[in-house]
Amino acid sequence: MTAPLLEVRDLKVHFPGSGSLFGRAAPIRAVDGVSFTIERGRTLSLVGESGCGKSTTGYALLRLVSATGGQVLLDGRDLLACRAGEMRQHRRRIQIIFQDAAASLDPRMPIGDLLAEALDIHGLHRGPGRMAHIRRLLDQVGIPSHFLQRYPFELSGGQAQRVALCRALAVEPDLIVCDEPIAALDVSIQAQIVNLMQDLQREHGLAYLFISHDLAVVRHISHRIAVMYLGRIVEQADKTALFERPAHPYTRALLSAVPIPDPEIEAARQRVVLSGELPSPANPPSGCVFRTRCPDARPACADTVPASRRVGEDHDASCIFA
Amino acid sequence: MSLLVVENLRTEFPTGRGLVRAVDGVSFRVDAGEVLGFVGESGSGKSITALSLLRLVPKPGRITADGMRFAGTDLLAATERDLRQLRTRQIGVVFQDPLRSLNPVLTIGRQLTETLRRHLGLSGNEARKRAVELLDMVGIPLAAKRLASYPHEFSGGMRQRVMIAIALSCNPRLLIADEATTALDVTVQAQIVELLRTLIRELDIAVIWISHDLGLVAQLCDRVSVMYAGRIVESGPVRQVFRQPSHAYTVGLIASTPRLDRVGHRLSTIEGLPPDTTRPTGLCAFLPRCGLSVERCRQAHPEPRPVGPDHLAACFAHEGRLREGFPQ
Repeated sequence: MTAPLLEVRDLKVHFPGSGSLFGRAAPIRAVDGVSFTIERGRTLSLVGESGCGKSTTGYALLRLVSATGGQVLLDGRDLLACRAGEMRQHRRRIQIIFQDAAASLDPRMPIGDLLAEALDIHGLHRGPGRMAHIRRLLDQVGIPSHFLQRYPFELSGGQAQRVALCRALAVEPDLIVCDEPIAALDVSIQAQIVNLMQDLQREHGLAYLFISHDLAVVRHISHRIAVMYLGRIVEQADKTALFERPAHPYTRALLSAVPIPDPEIEAARQRVVLSGELPSPANPPSGCVFRTRCPDARPACADTVPASRRVGEDHDASCIFA
Repeated sequence: MSLLVVENLRTEFPTGRGLVRAVDGVSFRVDAGEVLGFVGESGSGKSITALSLLRLVPKPGRITADGMRFAGTDLLAATERDLRQLRTRQIGVVFQDPLRSLNPVLTIGRQLTETLRRHLGLSGNEARKRAVELLDMVGIPLAAKRLASYPHEFSGGMRQRVMIAIALSCNPRLLIADEATTALDVTVQAQIVELLRTLIRELDIAVIWISHDLGLVAQLCDRVSVMYAGRIVESGPVRQVFRQPSHAYTVGLIASTPRLDRVGHRLSTIEGLPPDTTRPTGLCAFLPRCGLSVERCRQAHPEPRPVGPDHLAACFAHEGRLREGFPQ
């Protein structure tokens, strides 16, 4: 087995709690010991609900937020330990796109300049072939080259996301962190972007860290999936195992909550409806963090934090009963 | 007997670019106790249709219709005073963003009891008692205590429960839910959908359920209307429409939706973007994006025609090519 492109070990991002009159509040454990690997040319999805830490994990890889512990190894080099200058070189290899693509593009720059700027920053394609290269890039994401002169506000949501992908692609990255890239788009446009991302992956051998709350899209696009709850990964497996044999009660509840666009299947479906809502990451429950909403919780769940256990081939879950 | 009958509703907005035909001749009915879904993408006119029923369309919008009757009331002729009564006592509404619908400086209790006192004429004590019952009904724990809480002290899911309690407080006969669970996490969405299902059954209310999510429509609705560019392009019983979609747009929408229970295939896409409704072509608005069009599509505008029991579609292509074009 070859070494993975990216290996994240025990990543922690704790934010200081808002202080009170009587001393410091407990830190908010947004990401609390997360480990995973991403192979070249593959897609790992981080799924979970708002506040579970999936976006913060993505930002911490690029040092857009400061990790408070752990390692992020890109081809064995720890990104969290390297200096700013060296980090800039590594940033070329890890790019990021966001949900609100239009807001991530400088409103005063035409598309052509936005792409040229990305090349400038990393000193790529300085020569006379530059314009041709930019046109080729736009063509790859399905944007006609007369858009070079247009400004971001002239783009539709789907076009803005294509341009954001194009800019990420311009610097020839190995990995793109995609933070809810299609959540704001209409269904028909979502499908266009998903297909484009899959084509680009095949052509360029790109890896994706796909951050999403939409499990149907995740099933479609991923090779591997990590389910997060309250700052931790509670289950991790390849696509088939996770969707066919979910081992953690949270994964099962999450899957059963997703509606299926078929009235006959819906009518026959049994649902696990969770009670309550997400606890505060400043004050997580003792033991298993999911136990306060878990339909299968038993007294033992309050005692110890369940370690990640192997429950199948390349399939781990953090539940003492899994 | 239909609770609500709408005939040829048009809602138009004069703008600098021309007349935006947000709702362009929409007809439908809602029977008592029935859940009617409106599904479509942004700008298809589903929310404006609902706002038009309540005559809440923002200025300078204009509403015209051949008929719009709710439980014996002519909604087009109703005075502003009648409408205010109607909006709370007969028709409850839940929008996507409860924070924008709730008053941030008033307690939840105050907002609930205000409605009850004004519209049902309850005394302070009676209103308080009823408010606790309502919060209890929508699954808010320790309801009596929570009356003193402010909206910001509730989570998103709890706020949406409060909105449902307010919408149902005067026992309306129709509930309009506009993307009511869109902002919620999926496990919380499942809780709210479960709650609504129970309430619909127990209270025997009719619902207009507006959503972009085909899955939720499949889960909750009895009938569905598919909207595109201000028109209903297909409508029918939910099982019929999903099993035998008969408008090229519905076919495309279903095929481009990834499903949790399917893997491996490449997603179908609908190329291009929705049309500009200021420039009607006189032909089917979906034609420029349609992969199934036939010769007639370029000659005449398709009118809704029956394709099955209670099932209408406005599409020339469905007759022959639909089933060949998109195998299941």
